[in-house]
Amino acid sequence: MRLFGFQIPPVFSLLFWIALWEIAGQYELAFILPPFSDVVSELFILIQRADFQDAAMLTFRAFVIGMAISIVLGIFIGFAMGSSRMANSVLGMWVNIFASAPLSSLVPILMLLFGLGQTTIIVTVVLFSTWIIALDTYAGVNHISPSMSEMGRSFGATRRQLLTKVLFWAALPEILAGVRMGLIRAVKGIVIGQLLVSVVALGRLFRTFSDNFQFEQFWALTIILFIFALTFSSAIGWLENKVEYYANTRG
Amino acid sequence: MSDVATAAPLNPASATPENIVEVRNISKFYGSVHALDKINLSFPKGQMTTLLGPSGCGKTTLLKIIAGLLEPSDGEVLINGKVVNGPGPERAFVFQDFALLPWATVLRNVAFGMELAKVPKAEREDKARHYINEVGLSGFEDKYPHELSGGMRQRVGLARAMVVKADVLLMDEPFSAVDEQNRRKFQEDLLHLLAAENKTVIFVTHSIEEAVYVSDQIVLLSPRPGQIHSIIRPEISRDTSPDDIRRDKKYLDAVENIWTDLRKYLD
Ligand SMILES: Nc1ncnc2c1ncn2[C@@H]1O[C@H](COP(=O)(O)OP(=O)(O)OP(=O)(O)O)[C@@H](O)[C@H]1O
Ligand SMILES: [Mg+2]
Repeated sequence: MRLFGFQIPPVFSLLFWIALWEIAGQYELAFILPPFSDVVSELFILIQRADFQDAAMLTFRAFVIGMAISIVLGIFIGFAMGSSRMANSVLGMWVNIFASAPLSSLVPILMLLFGLGQTTIIVTVVLFSTWIIALDTYAGVNHISPSMSEMGRSFGATRRQLLTKVLFWAALPEILAGVRMGLIRAVKGIVIGQLLVSVVALGRLFRTFSDNFQFEQFWALTIILFIFALTFSSAIGWLENKVEYYANTRG
Repeated sequence: MSDVATAAPLNPASATPENIVEVRNISKFYGSVHALDKINLSFPKGQMTTLLGPSGCGKTTLLKIIAGLLEPSDGEVLINGKVVNGPGPERAFVFQDFALLPWATVLRNVAFGMELAKVPKAEREDKARHYINEVGLSGFEDKYPHELSGGMRQRVGLARAMVVKADVLLMDEPFSAVDEQNRRKFQEDLLHLLAAENKTVIFVTHSIEEAVYVSDQIVLLSPRPGQIHSIIRPEISRDTSPDDIRRDKKYLDAVENIWTDLRKYLD
């Protein structure tokens, strides 16, 4: 749909659903659904509360640490699978299983193993995102034309130089795609995990809100998480676009 | 500019020049595929040798073995009289598909060999600029490969190989992705550039005309398993203009003879 010459369908449909939500809320059609305007005003109150800020910081820090670990681990596994047939046959099956398994059910077990602290969040993120990063990295490495590494070798690259100056960059478009998918999975893992566990950090807030029928706060928190995930994934999407021009021109 | 190509002959009338590259008894099997069979060849210093033969006869395989990118199943490669087992700074490769870094500018691509050798940035970019100019790409230093035509990309590949000062240039069908008109111009520029640098070139091509036009020595390979069928020295004087060379009787005879030899493999 075009308005004043601008293409605006995503915003428009979003506005539509928000309007619907507001109406449903005003008429009290479902008690778990308070009016959107109340949720928004609650959101602004919430982000100023000290307990929210503490919980958010804790979750955020654990999330970033977890992502850092899975990016390093995923790229490492992907390169190992891509450059050694043996590593591929040993790791490939497991990576594929973990990448497609329903991992949410494991989160309570993680909680038993790692307690209720940050460690559980970190392990959850790693568990949810590493495998897809590994698979995409592997696809990227496989996609590199053999003449790329021959070029590096013929100009005297050491193994390390070949990896850091040629192969890593050549696989970067796929690696970034993997990181973005991994990130989305990690957010899902955290949200599901925290809802299941609901004792750690933001999860505890979630539980408090829903137990006390504080649905304004509950939805406000959900929206914050969504905005957080969207911001992260579009930041990576932006990076992906920047490297895309060469993804298409690789020889 | 046709005077570009009235280059000095690559084979000065000196007595038998020393052989900078020697291939001794090279055989290559890919699993059960017998690609090369007991190849013995000498490559005189400062001369251009072309490997010519039907598709799949092992030209690329031989070139990569000389480059040290492939292990021969048997035999050895000598550079300046010494056996080599891998790539080395005396040899530089020009790739059929260019193999440029798409994320790097022309300048960085050309300087890449020196970047790997940890030459200081200012120094390597200086040298790279010189060769970018030599191959006719000045003004394109900050462009990326995808902004260039096929012919220009291969000029980048050529500059990258020239700038590392290797004595031996190995080129695998460097012009195959370049259109016919640019290809002729490129051939002329290449001869001109090489004459000034005293390089030894080993050149793979499918084109008989190209082989005769650029070579001092043409090695004809027979189909799999690749063996040396014959070695031809066109002995064409390159003092005249490119057009005159292409009308020269020796040029036309050489093309005709090679064609007669190769056509029997087509049946
Ligand atoms: N990695 C490989 N594994 C198995 N067989 C191979 C491999 N590389 C080449 N061959 C086979 O070895 C033979 C020689 O290949 P090569 O690429 O050297 O031929 P070529 O003369 O360069 O051919 P073209 O003119 O088509 O480029 C061919 O029959 C090819 O199928
Ligand atoms: Mg070939």
